[in-house]
Amino acid sequence: MQATIEVNGLRKHFGPTVALDGMSFTVKPGHVTGFVGPNGAGKSTTMRVILGLDAAEEGSALIGGRPYKSLRNPLRHVGALLDAAALQPSRTARNHLLWLAHSQGLGAKRVDEVIARAGLGSAARRKAGGYSLGMRQRLGIAAALLGDPPVIILDEPFNGLDPEGIVWMREFLAELAGQGRAVLVSSHLMRELQDTAAHLVVVGRGKVIADTSVAELLAAVSGSRVTLRTTAPLEAVRVLEHAGATVAALGQDTLTVSGLAAEEIVALLGARAVPFFEVAAHRATLEEAYMELTRDAAEFRAATGQEAAR
Amino acid sequence: MTTTLPYHSGLRAGRDGFARLLRAEWTKFRTVRGWVIGMAAAALVIVLLGLLTASGSHASCSVGSVEVACAAVPVGPGGEAVEDQFYFMHQPLAGDGSITVRVTSLTGVITYPPPNHNEIVPGVVPWAKAGLIIKDSTRQGSAYAAMMVTGSHGVRMQHNFTEDTAGRPGGVSAASPRWLRLTRSGDMLTGYESADGTQWTKVGTAHLAGLPATVQVGLFVTSPGDLTVKQADLGGSIEQVRFTQATAVFDHVDLQGNAPGGAWGRDAVGVTGTTDWERYHRPNGVQESGGTFTVAGTGDIAPRMDGQTIERTLTGVLTGLILVIVVVVMFITAEYRRGLIRTTLLASPRRGRMLAAKALVTGTVTFIAGLAAAMVTVTFGKQILRSNGNYILPVTPLTELRVVVGVAALFAVTAVLALALGAVFRRSVAAVITAIVVIVVPHVLATASVLPEGAAQWLLRLTPAAGFAIQQSIPGYAHVIGHYVPQAGYYPLAPWAGLAVLCGYTALALCLAIFQLRRRDA
Ligand SMILES: Nc1ncnc2c1ncn2[C@@H]1O[C@H](COP(=O)(O)OP(=O)(O)OP(=O)(O)O)[C@@H](O)[C@H]1O
Ligand SMILES: [Mg+2]
Repeated sequence: MQATIEVNGLRKHFGPTVALDGMSFTVKPGHVTGFVGPNGAGKSTTMRVILGLDAAEEGSALIGGRPYKSLRNPLRHVGALLDAAALQPSRTARNHLLWLAHSQGLGAKRVDEVIARAGLGSAARRKAGGYSLGMRQRLGIAAALLGDPPVIILDEPFNGLDPEGIVWMREFLAELAGQGRAVLVSSHLMRELQDTAAHLVVVGRGKVIADTSVAELLAAVSGSRVTLRTTAPLEAVRVLEHAGATVAALGQDTLTVSGLAAEEIVALLGARAVPFFEVAAHRATLEEAYMELTRDAAEFRAATGQEAAR
Repeated sequence: MTTTLPYHSGLRAGRDGFARLLRAEWTKFRTVRGWVIGMAAAALVIVLLGLLTASGSHASCSVGSVEVACAAVPVGPGGEAVEDQFYFMHQPLAGDGSITVRVTSLTGVITYPPPNHNEIVPGVVPWAKAGLIIKDSTRQGSAYAAMMVTGSHGVRMQHNFTEDTAGRPGGVSAASPRWLRLTRSGDMLTGYESADGTQWTKVGTAHLAGLPATVQVGLFVTSPGDLTVKQADLGGSIEQVRFTQATAVFDHVDLQGNAPGGAWGRDAVGVTGTTDWERYHRPNGVQESGGTFTVAGTGDIAPRMDGQTIERTLTGVLTGLILVIVVVVMFITAEYRRGLIRTTLLASPRRGRMLAAKALVTGTVTFIAGLAAAMVTVTFGKQILRSNGNYILPVTPLTELRVVVGVAALFAVTAVLALALGAVFRRSVAAVITAIVVIVVPHVLATASVLPEGAAQWLLRLTPAAGFAIQQSIPGYAHVIGHYVPQAGYYPLAPWAGLAVLCGYTALALCLAIFQLRRRDA
């Protein structure tokens, strides 16, 4: 089976709330795809539609070219973690994995393998009701790995993990992707995905805002701004605006320039003998890039909220 | 963009199968200790309540104030307990033959009937019987076939206690006599009737396997007790039976075949005592004058309804069912409550199959628990009842098996109904209450004498509680007057028909559950 997830034009609403508004993207094997967006952007809903739990009104979601519902032994194809708290509290973690394993024709041996893999160890024989959120996440990961699937879908797997756990999870995701699996990981915090995801699908208001590699996204945002410190700000503004840049004063001697690259600014000011003592290309973080991208979505949200209030 | 080889799992991909789902659901069930304990408790409650009821039930027989061993109850050819008490004027008949008689009168007395219960009145009870009988021997419970006139059910042909065929309706009198004929040909006995002794109509035939070469043939009269049911306080009822006696006048007695002729043997078959009426007014027996025989008798030839039944030991079934309902509803609603249903549907996206697997596991587990409980309860409950002096109406091993297996099936089907309700409501409280309201409450209402009898019977026809009929071991008979009401253990539907009603509701609920499960988002 080709390990890809293809989401095409999904639309869905819950009552008056539009949850998905033409959601389309593709997840390719071999790297971690981050699925990010603010709260309520439709990440979880998209995942539920991909997994055949929710029905979309329009569009399709295919795994390896097939709808999830048509998969036989689906956990052999797709491993998913949607809600780590979805456990029967009085059942031990091992028994939870055991029934899942039995449903796919797998045995206790495989269960013990994934328990070790997820680092649950002897805690697996305890009742899941007593688990911390972090342990539940690990149990959810173990369940997703049970069928050794080529496609992995995780909804907010970093939730509740301590710093150590976050590092573990990142390495773990990278390893899974490195094995050639398609890994889709959602989060509403970009920094969690910063060093893990190679590809990003940024969503807001039920549709994709950006579908790009991390490198491209960073470049697109940081390439447009340069911080300039000069003793002759007025002159500098005149020269740079003349060259077509947009300039904003940040402080007495600090300007922010967009529309020109740092090298061009240095050349221009040098040619006109405008004094300056610092030129810094503004290095945006992924977080900033993301904030910028999703600001509209958030503003829209606030505006509709007010409209609704009126 | 990097190109990577797609991932290939090292795990063996086996065939997808329903058996896996069953195994997964079973693993789910057995790994929650509370559910296993709940199921075991349900079984235990059935056994304990049953045996407790049995040990609290005592009976004894006495003559005056002296306790004596109870007389053995005769058993008919079909294995059922029978009443076999009548006045018999008989001759042996070797081989084939036939007997014919004319009945010109059937009268009688009923002692102290309502409303005032203070006098003995002339009257014939509906199932007073007088006519011809060919019987294996005068031993109580032996095989027979009989042609008779009755108090108010016309001419009948009956055989071996449980079988009854209607002939011409209407009463008998000197102006409108009835001619009866009964012939034997091998094992085959055939009954005829006539209004004039020339035009004969066949009423029915009876095949009496193993009838000996020589049988007893003759005239008989019997008259069952007069049953009245009085409404008691608190909605209960009191059944009273009063002594009655019937007297019939026969003539034109014609016995064909190898019979000795001469004097007729006279026997009060099965009669154990005499009432004051018989002592001082009219004893049972025969008065002959010139070919006319006036025969008086009392008793009945019919299945016996008086005694304990094996299902009386199953008093814990209702409590057990409530426990089962709670456990089974939790089995599915816990998944909704925790969101675990999504995990289940990820493992088995074909939702109908998933619910079917759950239903099958639920049904099987409850069936086994119910079977074990019913088997132990009936087996030991019977022993305890007997050792306490109770008489248990005997049933065939097949009937006992049906009761035990039927109770297990009642549990299993109810469990599946509760499961379906759990899937429909997705909330444990709503599902448990609904399950109890549709199956336990109607049964309690119908059997606790709070409702009029008619309403009680309709409840047990129309609601899922109809399924309780499966535990009735002794049927009611149209030709035996009885108080056939739910509170006495008589269900309005036949055992399997009642269970079928429950199954119908369960199938309906399951379809609704699957329909909703498929349609709704998980
Ligand atoms: N079962 C539901 N019933 C009603 N509305 C729903 C339901 N599920 C989601 N929604 C709505 O659909 C929209 C998308 O929700 P979704 O949970 O998919 O967002 P999300 O991106 O996963 O958000 P978060 O980051 O908070 O998890 C939201 O407005 C949400 O309120
Ligand atoms: Mg979400």
